[in-house]
Amino acid sequence: MPATDLTIPEAVVIISPNLPQGVSLTSPLQSKTASQRQELLAGARDILPLLLGAAPLGLIYGTMAVASGLSTAAAMAMSLLVFAGSAQFVAVGLVAARTPTLIIIATTFVVNLRHMLYSATLLPHLRHLPQRWRIPLAFLLTDESFAVTVHRFQKEKGSPYRHWYQLGASVAMYLNWQVWCLVGLVIGERIPGVASWGLDVAMPIAFIGMTIPFVRNVPMVVCVSTAGACGLLTVGLPYRLGIIISALAGVLAGLLTEVTARRRKEAVQS
Amino acid sequence: MTSGEWGLILGMMAVTFGIRYLLLALADRIAIPRLMEAALQYIPPAVLTAITVPAVLLPEGKWFISWTNPYLMAALVATLAGILTRSLLATIAIGLAAFFGLQMLYG
Repeated sequence: MPATDLTIPEAVVIISPNLPQGVSLTSPLQSKTASQRQELLAGARDILPLLLGAAPLGLIYGTMAVASGLSTAAAMAMSLLVFAGSAQFVAVGLVAARTPTLIIIATTFVVNLRHMLYSATLLPHLRHLPQRWRIPLAFLLTDESFAVTVHRFQKEKGSPYRHWYQLGASVAMYLNWQVWCLVGLVIGERIPGVASWGLDVAMPIAFIGMTIPFVRNVPMVVCVSTAGACGLLTVGLPYRLGIIISALAGVLAGLLTEVTARRRKEAVQS
Repeated sequence: MTSGEWGLILGMMAVTFGIRYLLLALADRIAIPRLMEAALQYIPPAVLTAITVPAVLLPEGKWFISWTNPYLMAALVATLAGILTRSLLATIAIGLAAFFGLQMLYG
């Protein structure tokens, strides 16, 4: 290989064997690959701070999963196939309480419903893509990858390779989650003491940490107060049905407060 | 892995992927009603709180409202830490530290 090749960017070297003879270095094919790669890496880079935030959750999920009685393989398969942090937490807690499978799946549905809002928001940016792109992007959609991606999409609507950005952020998030879940599982298995307290204490504390950022206004305060109070009132219900009922009550209370406040404001203004 | 575990995981996978993919699968733009959109944002905190409050007030399935309930006290400390630090990592660390500190204190 001539010495001059060393100055060619890595991306060009990777694709060059596939290039037909006579294609110049500034061909659209090469700049396309370079832009895609650039977007992919930019997505992975921008999600980095959120990867750090997900690390303790993955660790706690892993240790909790061991304590719940779920097998290590099942706990890991859940991370690999479901890939939804808070839903996995809730599911593991419900498994520990010997909740029937259908109730756990129904609760998962409720916990993850917010993702529909995410795909609705991303839809205008992704609708031009074929299904082979939409399927993996949908599978990998999380709170974190959505937050990073939507920020970028709203800033730069023009880039034709912006889906590569989302892919980069999503794949980084996915791999990071698997690693920390695995580490948590290993810790949970090696240290029996961790398993005995992990579930009881770590779950409510992690949930408190996850809830607080949401509680920014009065309707949210009403929502969580109602959900908490209903959680106490419905604690005797079978199959932990109280969770779904209380969540629903909280959502309605929050919504009602929001709508009432908006109406009152509009009435004052008019 | 047992067949029960497979059932659970595949079921969870189906609903989770279904929710994430449904709107992307449909090519035409579908507008989520405004009220629905407003409702969705309340779901995560509502679910999490509905689980957390009973978990700390009835730690072993029985009411335990007391200064000597380490779960409750750790939850209060974690709440305060969360409000003050706005950091998930700090909240978890401080909450867990409070729990183990109290457990040692109460024996």
